[in-house]
Amino acid sequence: MREFAAELATGTGDPGPYAPFPHRVISRTKETADTTTLVLAPIGGGKGARFSPGQFNMLYAFGVGEAAISMSGDPSEEGTLVHTVRAVGNVSTALSRLKPGDVVGVRGPYGKGWPVDQMRGKDVVVMAGGLGLAPLRPVIYELYSHREDYGRVEIIYGSRSPTELLYYDEIQSWRTRTDTRFQVTVDSADRNWYGDVGVVTQRVPDARFDPARTIALMCGPEIMMKLSAQALEARGIAPSDIWLSMERNMKCAIAQCGHCQFGPYFICRDGPVLPYARIRRFLAVREV
Amino acid sequence: MTSLGDAPIVLTEGTHPFLERFDPKFLAAASANAREMRFETDEYVFREGERAQRFFLILEGKVGLEIEAADRPRLTVQTIGPGEVMGWAWLVHPYHWPVAARALKPTRAIALDTFVLHRYFKLHPDVGYRFVLRLMPVIAKRLDDTRVQLADIHA
Repeated sequence: MREFAAELATGTGDPGPYAPFPHRVISRTKETADTTTLVLAPIGGGKGARFSPGQFNMLYAFGVGEAAISMSGDPSEEGTLVHTVRAVGNVSTALSRLKPGDVVGVRGPYGKGWPVDQMRGKDVVVMAGGLGLAPLRPVIYELYSHREDYGRVEIIYGSRSPTELLYYDEIQSWRTRTDTRFQVTVDSADRNWYGDVGVVTQRVPDARFDPARTIALMCGPEIMMKLSAQALEARGIAPSDIWLSMERNMKCAIAQCGHCQFGPYFICRDGPVLPYARIRRFLAVREV
Repeated sequence: MTSLGDAPIVLTEGTHPFLERFDPKFLAAASANAREMRFETDEYVFREGERAQRFFLILEGKVGLEIEAADRPRLTVQTIGPGEVMGWAWLVHPYHWPVAARALKPTRAIALDTFVLHRYFKLHPDVGYRFVLRLMPVIAKRLDDTRVQLADIHA
């Protein structure tokens, strides 16, 4: 007890797995009416923890609570963390309201990310629905920065409306690349939108890839991933080559509390990225 | 402006994917009054409430289907592109377009005269049946897509 008190007083010793590391908000970008991107840097400097595309951090809004938020920045950039947060509950709303200079707690990175090693040399299909683009953005950076390592790349992004598109300027720039097809579709639009209107699954039939050597990555609402996986399977991609980023209510993030259990899996430890072949039967169950 | 009737066309199986494997006699008959039409960006192909007298086979470009919406501007609810077909209101009483169609980029389409189609199908119901069987999956797919849109899958 005396040792523990001494550690507390001096700040020495193992802080334990639940201790957040303070980070400062260095910039804040309003993406849409309810979605904000924060760039964080560790207080005291340093490179910060490296992460794999698809992993997540637990972000702690002091005095409010913690939430699991996917990494949405470039994994090759050191020293900063990028997180895109949609204000839907108390914690995410508090995180969304953070301003440059504010301090936030960070622990992580956690979970298993996208199968980047398996993707090399193959065609890649990326499908995102709504906020689901955020966990896929790190892998899109990876694809673009090592473009020669991959075959054909098809990115299909769906949003409710043009005003809800994330990373708008960046998408415009990505869409100018001739080595990748980046399709954007929305559920409905006003007269100022000249792009596609419809759902992401409608874009699958004419997507260009060789199903025998393609890895598909997807993130979005479960219904979107389920329908997209079915559409890709109908094109001949094996369920083991379709990878989904699952979302569950994560609390501990270290497979201790069981809040994120999905069938036999803990999403925080075994996911969030899992192959469709392993989880498809659970997606069909009403309450897992 | 729409180049109505500018370019008569002789339909073949290769003209558009929808026409593949149709009887050449039917294609020859359907060529009567068939026109290749071009639409500039923002030009309307047809407007809501107008009489539906054409069946469109899209060759190039993109067309948005628009509906009127309460308390907000008109909404584009679907886009149709090359290789797809547009418009079956000519088969459904009262034969008026339930939506408007606006070109979202320069668009080229073949417009079939539906009076010619109706007349041919009355004389050759087997061809009419095959035509409807060809069209039904398109209608079913659009209905399915609409259901998926309502499921808010891009949240």
